[in-house]
Formats: sequence, C-alpha cells, structure tokens
Amino acid sequence: MTAETPVIEVKNLVTEFATRRGPFRAVDNVSFKLMPGKTLCLVGESGSGKSVTARSILQIVDPPGRIMSGQILLNRHMTRRGRSETADTLDLAALNPRSSAIRAIRGRDIAMIFQEPMSSLSPVHTIGNQIGEAIRLHENVSKAEARARTIELLRKVEIPNADKTIDRYPFEYSGGMRQRAMIAMALACNPGVLIADEPTTALDVTTQAEILSLIKKLQDDEGMAVLFITHDMGVVAEIADEVAVMRFGKLVEHGDTISIFENPQHDYTKMLLGSVKQLDRPAPRRLARRAEHPPGNTLLDVEGLKKTFFIDSGSFFRKGDELHAVNNVTLTLRSGENLGIVGESGSGKSTLGRCIMRVYDISGGAIRYTDRDGMTSDLATLPDRSLMAARRDLRMVFQDPFASLNPRMTVAQLIGEPLLVNGVLSGKALNDRVAELLGLVGLPATAMERYPHAFSGGQRQRIGIARAIALEPRIIIADEATSALDVSLRSQVLDLLLELQERLDLSFIFISHDIAVIRYFCDRVAVMYKGRIVEEGPTEEVCSRPVHPYTQSLLSAVPHPDPRMRGTRVRTRYREQA
Amino acid sequence: MSSIASTTGNAADQASQWTLMWWAFRRHRLAVLGLMIVGLLYFIAAFVELLAPYDPDLSNARAVNHPPQALHFIKKEKDGGWSFQPYVIGMTQKRDPITLATTFTPDPTKTVDVQFFGKGEPTKLWGIFPVERRLIAPKVLGERFYLIGADRLGRDMLSRVLYGTRISMSIGLLGVLMSLVLDIFLGGLSGSYGGWIDATVQRIVEFKLAMPTIPIWLGLSAALPQDWPPTWRYFAITIILSLIGWTELARVVRGRFLALRTEDFVIAARLDGCSQMRVIFRHMLPSMVSHIIASVSLAIPMMIIAETSLSFLGLGLLPPTISWGVLLKEAQNVRTIAEAPWLFSPGVAVCLAVLALNFLGDGLRDAADPYAQEGR
Amino acid sequence: MLLAYVLKRLFWSIPFMFAVSLVAFALIQAPPGDFVTSLAATLAQSGDVVEQARLDALRERYGLDQPFLVQYWRWITGVLHGDFGQSFEWNQPVSDLIWERMGLSVVLAIATLLFTWAIAFPVGIYSAVKKYSIGDYIISAIGFIGLSIPNFLLGLVLMYIAVVHFGSDTSGLFSEQYQQAPWSWDKFIDLLKHLWIPVIILGTSSTASLIRIMRANLLDELHKPYVTTARAKGLSEWHLLVKYPVRLALNPFVSTIGWAFPQLVSGSVIISYVLSLPTAGPLLLQALLAQDMYLAGAFILLLCCLSVFGMIVSDILLAIIDPRIRYR
Repeated sequence: MTAETPVIEVKNLVTEFATRRGPFRAVDNVSFKLMPGKTLCLVGESGSGKSVTARSILQIVDPPGRIMSGQILLNRHMTRRGRSETADTLDLAALNPRSSAIRAIRGRDIAMIFQEPMSSLSPVHTIGNQIGEAIRLHENVSKAEARARTIELLRKVEIPNADKTIDRYPFEYSGGMRQRAMIAMALACNPGVLIADEPTTALDVTTQAEILSLIKKLQDDEGMAVLFITHDMGVVAEIADEVAVMRFGKLVEHGDTISIFENPQHDYTKMLLGSVKQLDRPAPRRLARRAEHPPGNTLLDVEGLKKTFFIDSGSFFRKGDELHAVNNVTLTLRSGENLGIVGESGSGKSTLGRCIMRVYDISGGAIRYTDRDGMTSDLATLPDRSLMAARRDLRMVFQDPFASLNPRMTVAQLIGEPLLVNGVLSGKALNDRVAELLGLVGLPATAMERYPHAFSGGQRQRIGIARAIALEPRIIIADEATSALDVSLRSQVLDLLLELQERLDLSFIFISHDIAVIRYFCDRVAVMYKGRIVEEGPTEEVCSRPVHPYTQSLLSAVPHPDPRMRGTRVRTRYREQA
Repeated sequence: MSSIASTTGNAADQASQWTLMWWAFRRHRLAVLGLMIVGLLYFIAAFVELLAPYDPDLSNARAVNHPPQALHFIKKEKDGGWSFQPYVIGMTQKRDPITLATTFTPDPTKTVDVQFFGKGEPTKLWGIFPVERRLIAPKVLGERFYLIGADRLGRDMLSRVLYGTRISMSIGLLGVLMSLVLDIFLGGLSGSYGGWIDATVQRIVEFKLAMPTIPIWLGLSAALPQDWPPTWRYFAITIILSLIGWTELARVVRGRFLALRTEDFVIAARLDGCSQMRVIFRHMLPSMVSHIIASVSLAIPMMIIAETSLSFLGLGLLPPTISWGVLLKEAQNVRTIAEAPWLFSPGVAVCLAVLALNFLGDGLRDAADPYAQEGR
Repeated sequence: MLLAYVLKRLFWSIPFMFAVSLVAFALIQAPPGDFVTSLAATLAQSGDVVEQARLDALRERYGLDQPFLVQYWRWITGVLHGDFGQSFEWNQPVSDLIWERMGLSVVLAIATLLFTWAIAFPVGIYSAVKKYSIGDYIISAIGFIGLSIPNFLLGLVLMYIAVVHFGSDTSGLFSEQYQQAPWSWDKFIDLLKHLWIPVIILGTSSTASLIRIMRANLLDELHKPYVTTARAKGLSEWHLLVKYPVRLALNPFVSTIGWAFPQLVSGSVIISYVLSLPTAGPLLLQALLAQDMYLAGAFILLLCCLSVFGMIVSDILLAIIDPRIRYR
C-alpha cells in the first residue's frame, strides 16, 4: 500500500432531515477523500451542509437527520494505530448509529472537536474526568494510568500546570484553554483522523492563530488526517492542503489549495474568494472620495473617557471588583472621516461606542461634540433631556440584526420611530419618507408593512441602517455592524455605508474585531487592548508598520487569504509587562 | 439567502405578534379545548341567573338528599305516539321505620316536564335587571327537578354549583389580578432599578417562597372577624390569596425586565429619542404581555384550588356565600358522601376548571414567544 | 470552598429565621382581641359572667397589655428555651402538645418527598427520552390530571372508594391498638402500613409537576453540544444519558426540595385534616378556629422553620452537585 490510499473515502453521501414539509437534503451526493497527514478544508457559508457532512462521518447527526445513501469507507489499516499491509476497510455509513461497532470508531479512529468549546464540555465535570473518560472508553487502563496520560495530553496541548489544571472545571478555563482541552480529548487515543468543526470561529484572532498552529504541529507529529470545517478563506489559505467548497448541500468545487485560490472554476468559489479579496485592500471608492473631499473639521473630540463597572461580589461584606472597561481613551473624529476601532473580545471597544452614545453613564472624561451651528457641547455631562438633540446627530447601527429590531413592529414603524418621537414627521409625510429611506438602503417600498421576521440577516441590517439615517445624522457609530453577516454580504453592506457617506455627508466610527473590514472601510484606526488605546494612526500605516507590540501580534495573527504567503510571516505573541 | 427582490409577501411576513401567537396556539388542540371550557365557565359565571333552574338557597324539606334525575327528551304517549318533550321521572320518598333512613325510588307514573328557556321564579340579573326566563326550567312553575341531586336541605345542587362558579371563578381571576398589580409593581421596580432595591425585593421574594403557604393562609383567614358581611369577607379572602400567590409572577416580570433592559432593540428605542414611558409601554411591555398572560392563566387555577381548600376547611368563604369550596365542605364526612356521592359534583367542577385553565395556560406559554425559534 | 459556602448559607438563614418568627408572632397577634377576650366569650356562652378586673388581671399576667415588640421578645426568648407558651384550650404547655405531632408531620413530608422522587425521576427520564411516544402521552395526561385535582379532593375520593368498595376506613396513621401505645417496632411497621395512602395523596401533584420539570429539563439538555461531544467520544447512549444530560437535569430537580418541601408541608395540613391523621395539621386548624393562638403560633413557626430547613438543604445539595454554584 502506498500513501495514495486515503484514510477515509466518502462516496455519494446523502444526508436528509425529515421536516414537516418533507425531507430536506442537507448533504447532497458529496464525495471526497482524506489522506493521512493531510488537511482537507471544507468551506462554505452558513447552511451549506458542511457541518452535517462532518457529523455524518461519525454518524452523530442529531435526529431527525439521517444518512440516506452513499458510503463512508474507513481504511483502518491506514490509520496510525493499525497501519498494516492487509486492507481493513469498514463502511461507516452502513453501521447502526447506536451500534458498538461505530462507537469503537468514535474517539478512537476518528475524533472530533467543535465550535463552542464552552458548551461542548460538560460544565459539571472536571476537565480531567472528561478527557480520562475518552481514554478509558477505548483502552483498558487503570484510573491512575488514565490520569497520568491525561496530564501528558494537557502538557502536549500546552496547558500550563497540567497536574493542577486537570482537576479544574471548564468554567475556570479561558476560551482558548477550553479549545486546547477539547483537542487534548480528541487526541486521547491517537486517532487517525481529526474532524475539526469550525474550531476557531468562537475565538479571538490571536487565540485562533495559536490553536491553528497547535493543530498543525500535532498533525505533523502524529500524521493525522484532518478534516477542517470553516467559513473563513483566510484560515483555509493558512492550513489547507486541499479545499472542498460546499453550497446548498452540494460539493461545487474540489482541488488543491493553490489551484482553488488562483484558478477557481465555479462561480460560487469565485464569488467567495472575490469578496474576501475585495476586503483585503482599502475601498477604492473611499480613497477616491477622500482625494476629492479631504476630512474637514473636528466633529467629535473624546478626551480621557473612562467607564468603570462594579461587579457585585455576591456578598454583603466583600467589596465587589472594579472593571475598567474603558480606561482613559482619547480620540478625535473629523467630518467626512471613517475612524475604526479594532480590538479583541473584552477589549472594551463596544463599551466605548456605547459610552459615546451615552447608553451608559460614563465614569470620567469628556465627549465634546460640535454641532451644525459650530456649537460645542460636552455630551458626558449633558442631562438626559438635552441629549435628545445630540442623539439626532449621532446614531448607532448594531451588531445583531435580529436582536436590534423590535420583532413586534413593522418595518415602517421601526424606521419611522425616530422621526415620530422627535416630532419631525407624521402621517402621510412619514410614510413617504420611510419609503424614500428604504430606497436609499436598497429595499423595496413594499417592505414597509412587513415584520422583521420576513427578512434575512443582510436585509435586516439594511433596515437598521435606514433607521439610523432617518434623522439625517452626521455621525454613525457602527458596532460590529457586519460581524453577524456572511462574508459575501459584508462588502455589500460596507459599500452601502460608503455610498450613504457620499450622499448624506456622514462620518463613521466603525467598531470591529476584523482587521480586513477596518482596512477596507476606515481612514484611521485605533487599536484597543484591555480598555486602553495602544496605538492610533492612518489605517494603512498601522497595518503595514505597527509600532506597539500588541498591534504587531494582532496583525501577525490575522490569517492571510493567500496560500503562497503561508509561512512567510513571523507570528509574535504579545505578553503584557507586569 | 433570498435576494431582496424575492421577498414577495406571504401571509406570515405581515403577521403581527398576536397573529403569530394565535397560529402557534391553534396548533395545541388541548389548549383550544381549554380555552373553550374556560370561556364557557366565565360565561356561566357572568350569566348564572339565566342558566340555573332554581334559586340556590331554595330549600325543600321533602327533597333532602334527593338523588339525581336523568333528563329524557322523547315522551311516549299512552296511545303509542311520541312527542318531543323533555322530562324527568319523579321519585317517591320512603322512610325506613327502623333506621329512619330515607330512600328515593323512581316512580314512572310521576313525571316532571321540563322546558328550555321556560319561565322560572323571577330574579334579578346581577341584582339589577329583573329576569324570568331560564335556560332550563320546570314547565309548571313550582315543580321541582334535580338533575344532579339535592343537598341535605333539599337545595338543587345544579343551581348551587352554577352559582358557585361565579364566586370561585371570579375569586381566582380577581386574586390573580390583584397579585398582578403587586407583581408588576415589585417586579418592575426590581427589574428596572436594580441595585439594592432589586436585592431587597429579591430577598422578600425568597422569603415568601420559603414559607409554607397553607399554614399562613389559615393564620391570616383565622384572623378575619367572623361577623363580617359576606362581601367584605369575599374581598378579604381575595386579598389574602393574592398576598400569598404573588411571587411567581414577580419573578417572571423581573426576569423579563432585566433581560429586555439590555436588549439591543430597547437600547435602539432609547437612542431613537423615545421617552422612558414610550420605551416601557411601546417597546418593553408588548414583549412581556404574552408571558404575563400565560403566567396569569397558570396562576388562576392555583387561586381556585386555594380558595376551595380554605373554604373547605371552614376558614375561607362562609355560607351563605356559595363557592365550590363552601359546597365541598358539605362533603367532608365519608359517611355523608357514601350516602350522597353527588355532593362531590362541585369537586368535578373544580377539576374541570383547573384542568381547562392548565391546558390553556400551557398552550399560551408555548405560544407566548413566537420569535423564540428565530435566528438559530 | 464547599465548607465556606455552607457556612455562608447557614449564616444567612439566621435573619431568615428571625423574619419567620416575626411573621408567626404577627399571625398570633392578628385576630381582633386576644385569648382573654375569647375566654370571656366562651365563659359568657356557658353563662358565667366575668368581671372586667379579673380579665385585666389575666391580661397583665400574660403580658397582653404590653406593646407588640415586648410581647414578641417574651415569646421568642421563651421559644428559644423550648417554652412555646400555654395552650388556652388544652390548658397545657404548648410544648407538651406539639412535638409528637410535628414529628409525624416531618415523617409524612419526608416520606412523600422520597416517594415523589422515586416516581418522578425515572418516569421523567423515560418521558423525555421517548418523547412523543404513547407512553409519554399517557404520562403527560396522567400528569395533567394529577396537577389539576386539589389533593384534599383526591383524598376524599380515595376515602369514598375505600369505604364504598372495600368497606374499610383509611383514615388515621395507626391501627386502633397502637393509637395510644408507646413507640415500638410493631408500631412503626403499623405506621408504614398506614402511611402510604396519605403519601400518595399528598405526593400526586408534586410528582406530576416534577415529572414535567424533569422532562422539560432533560429535553433541553439532550440537545446540548456537550452531548454530541460525548457521543463523538464513543460513549454508549445509556452511559452518555446517565453521565451527562441526566446529571445536569438533576440541578433543577434538587432545587425542588426548596420549593416542593414547603408545598408538602402545606399540603399535609389539609390532607391530615381530611384523613384525620394525628399530625400537626388538624390540631393547627382546631387551634386557629378556637383562636388558641400560642398553640397555632407554635405550629406555624415550626412548619415555617421546616420549610426554611428544606430550602437550606436543597441549596447545600445544589452546591455539592454543581461546582459553578460553590465557586461563585
């Protein structure tokens, strides 16, 4: 046997979900091979059936899903543990999902890790218990031996103080550590195949980079085949040997990474790559506009802004902890300018945006806003009543297009709400204006009488934007406004915002964790870390020549959607000085 | 996935929260059945004067513990013909000379003709409007029939159970409404201010939950003066029930308030320039109302059971007020019910009402959030 | 960690108990007039005329002319020494009357709780795992009916059936020969023989609601990602079910001791009355109707304490089975 023999060969797999409206085909005639020591990336947007495909291999699709036809051939003689010359092939699709035969495969020959490391681990069992269980299930070892091996595994995935942390519970781990523990669990029995279902999607980009290199390293050590499921073309470029693109349950394209990236055949692949590559540079439209209309006067001047949260300790006697969510932040926004604020989760960037809008009362500092008449007032000290006027000029677009629209109001009521409560328009005039606003964001006027549940995520975000521009504001604070959208929709929404900027003379504060989006959309960027701004400057300059070590580490962790760049960059890890 | 142009409207697109809830609710057959029964019970409670054949206090010394009489519809004439004429077969009473126990035996020669929408003794609807017609009444004014028997004073059980519906069903509703006011006030206070107010209210709620309810009810009701007029007592008992029953809803309200306060769409409404009042009434309350209605419909049966239990023990409502619990007090003794099992009939009414309300509440709770499935 | 949590929890129960005693005393004081008034009324009914001076002397002797807090202080210090005051109706110290009856109340409540769990746990699991099966529907239907019948009514119906169809009397907790007998092994066995009827009657509605809770919780947990993780490890369905989702669904189950226990204590008052069991219930009711307030107050205080105790036990058990609670 040669290395040409795959470990797993999926042939014409069909998985269906029984629904009230008849069967829904989640995986439709999919075939691919997994080679030992190689990584196959299964790519697709949400709902493409990539996750169901992965689960079908282990027969762990949640009911009412069922494998209808096809074969999943596992060549056990090609897995590391049982490598031999004699062929030992098993069709997993033919096994009963509850049989002991398939259970002997799960976790032993094929292991799997999942997207949400928190909810994928039981909260009431220790990490050691959960990993040790995987060992003892498949191998006849004593408890002490299993424990020793668990500690060994935790060390292997670089968890510090493994002999102590083994007895900790998942909620005592950080997100990255949890995913490491998941990986340790998957490696417990030296599987021949690792299926990773969006393992880094829930993680910050720097943690993602660490997990990716850990998987790579382990793969090199153990010679596993890896099936990696992701929607992120950057990650694909970083790790894949082969790529399979899925859409609506079908495999639309399949090939090695370089050829897929450089010579995509299928329109969908082209579109996917196109929208990623489009975001990999500054928007030409923005650059053209800035050349004509350079940013003007200072509109908003934030100085020394502070927001401290008090965390209730739950006890009467101990004082609660203080959390400095925003710590001494100073920023300026000029008219006609897009300012980006980038940071990882918990950096305080969303809190900063909400403080500027005075959603929260702030703990210190000033927010000086200069209005149309050139009058400057400090929003930080304004009483709620006087904020009304300023809030007509400063508007907000939210991250979650589902949560930010009241499901009980029609689109007309939603968009009309700010106009109505500010006494700008009512009756027929209000209706006409709403129709006009819908036109501006590219929605038909017939949308007016519908409720938000009738719209997709991208359309809802447009409704949110229409609501934001209804009062003809001057500044829009967009908080992760594109994060909940699929990549192909992101650039559409960003282009819409740029178009509105030209028409309505807007300035943006754009909050995001996604460097690519910031680079496309923003003129200047401020990098936030633990409540502080560690670096600020023109976007291109910060992106190409970062000064602060945190920015350097952040940028080095961002996966680049170009497989030829792989390995050319040095990743740095930021360690805060004590 | 659908493009912008493809949103050609279907009915669901323009369906409001209540329409969506109704659609979800309709799928629960038992809940719909529950709704119909509850509707019927409240209809009875409202118009009992038009429905009950007799005055509930009308006693009859010759019908002590009179057994139920079945209603027949087709009357055969002696000549072999027949006609549509509802009637019941009369009974003759005999007294055993030794044991002094009375027995009733059907006597086919004696029949009492019954008439739908016939004339009964005049009474006043809600104590105001004089009415004579009844849903069911004897054809000859003054004749008696007992469809579900009579009690130890020869009063018609059917009329008594129907009149009991008014008190029992209304005390449930009124009690819940009273506690609802308290709940929304405290829950809203707790949920919208937070901090030490929230902590205090929460401690009170916890305290309340740890209390065994019945001993406290009993204690409170025992404290009511025995000589109060029935209406005072009715309201006092309602207040006691609502004082005891309020916590569950306060928790729901507080939880919803806390959750909604940080919802993006509520923040968006504030930023739109909505006043505090508008945020609460236009944006927050509509998404709570359905939950509140569901909780209310699940709280009413608790109140009904509570009233029934209290009155059964003689510490709730007292005769001459008629409620299901007061009626059941007559059925306390095993020997009594062995002789006259129809004294249980108010119990059947209690179970029916509670079951129907539970079905209704369950269906409402499941339908309360038509948006819960979205976004997954 | 756990010890600290338990100590904290116990410490918090002190103000709680204080509040409980205040409520109980307020209830004693709530009826218009005091027991001297009732005494006068009773005496007057039997034809005796009591002089105002004698009534006043009685009031003074019992401290009834003092302000509320002073009276409370006297009462509570007495209670802490085991003196619950004097039963006016029985003319005996309250503490002589209550302990055996309270003991039987506790036995009844705990037996019912155990019964409830023993039924609800397996049935709830079955109902969730076999969702929408015929068995599940039958269980749900029985559960609904169980929830809807007030338990005193259930008691009456069962008694009716027993009398009419079996000709036996089901009331009481002891056979006649043991009623006055001192405690012995035989008496205990006899108690068990009688206990099951009130246990079933009392436990029906809480069993029904616990089954529903268990079913709903387990259904929630069954589709959590950690179940998929465990399945992907190769765990068999049964082991997986027992180790993960059932373990997590146990949490709300244990917390039911907190709320179900007060309910059982409550419910036992009525059931005991209907079945004439020699527990706290009937005596409490009698005391309340006769305005024998020290006796009633003692029962109310002890029943409340029993509930609070159940709450504490449930909190501590929760902390034992769920690490997230004790680390908070």
